[in-house]
Amino acid sequence: MSQTTTKGTAVLTLPSDTEILVTREFNAPRHLVYRVFTEPDLIRRWWAGQRGTVTVADVDLRVGGAWRYALVAGGGFEVGFHGEYLEIVPDERIVCTEIFEGMPGGEGAGEATRITYTFTETGGRTTLDVLTACESIQTRDVIISSGMEVGMQEGYDLVEELAVELAR
Amino acid sequence: MARAATTADAFNAVAEPLRRDILDALADTERSVGEVVDLLGLGQPQASKHLRVLREVGLVDVRDEGRRRLYRTNAHALRPIHEWVSRYEQQWNERFDAVDTVLEELKESES
Repeated sequence: MSQTTTKGTAVLTLPSDTEILVTREFNAPRHLVYRVFTEPDLIRRWWAGQRGTVTVADVDLRVGGAWRYALVAGGGFEVGFHGEYLEIVPDERIVCTEIFEGMPGGEGAGEATRITYTFTETGGRTTLDVLTACESIQTRDVIISSGMEVGMQEGYDLVEELAVELAR
Repeated sequence: MARAATTADAFNAVAEPLRRDILDALADTERSVGEVVDLLGLGQPQASKHLRVLREVGLVDVRDEGRRRLYRTNAHALRPIHEWVSRYEQQWNERFDAVDTVLEELKESES
């Protein structure tokens, strides 16, 4: 496997109280990155990350069409997400809703968020912006906390500024 | 998920926007309460109250210099907040690293 120079370089920022922005560059042209994000056979290979195995990758890629992904995590339980496509500009932009279907036992099912994927190509490399817009600060914090049982707080905006302080 | 009822930890302490402003003000420079009051346009009791909360959770250190009490941030105490937020970043990094693998194969098959 040849190396890319972008491994582990996703940058997370919090543009507002209800938004999460993740930005990452890929060493590939954007029509390929777009394919990886839209073709079920390819989605199956990455969407679970290190968290399990993808069991469902349904994509009906048209405005008003639905998508649903699910994975089986290490503990053997299935976790699913689904949503609807709101806007599609091939190779450039996808806007969709995303609803977390909850953990087994009905815990944690969330309200819908709106996700905007933007693909920008420069010199054969692609920058992907994933902007998650939540209906409330609480939802955003649940997403960030990923199930950790920490009281919900809203103070993370300072993290970026103060990361500088940490580095000193 | 229950919201913690007190300001006993760093997360709750920074949930208050004014306290984030105070942290910003103290991030590069030591300042007295009076300077914080002037800089942020707060009332003296309000500034003192927030500084006390920040001190109690360890986000701010204080030292006496003559008759002045000087406050500054304690970067060490901010680390848990930074690490907690970065969990979500890690999750995306795991995914995107897997995307890299798929992309390498696609590039090879195209060329």
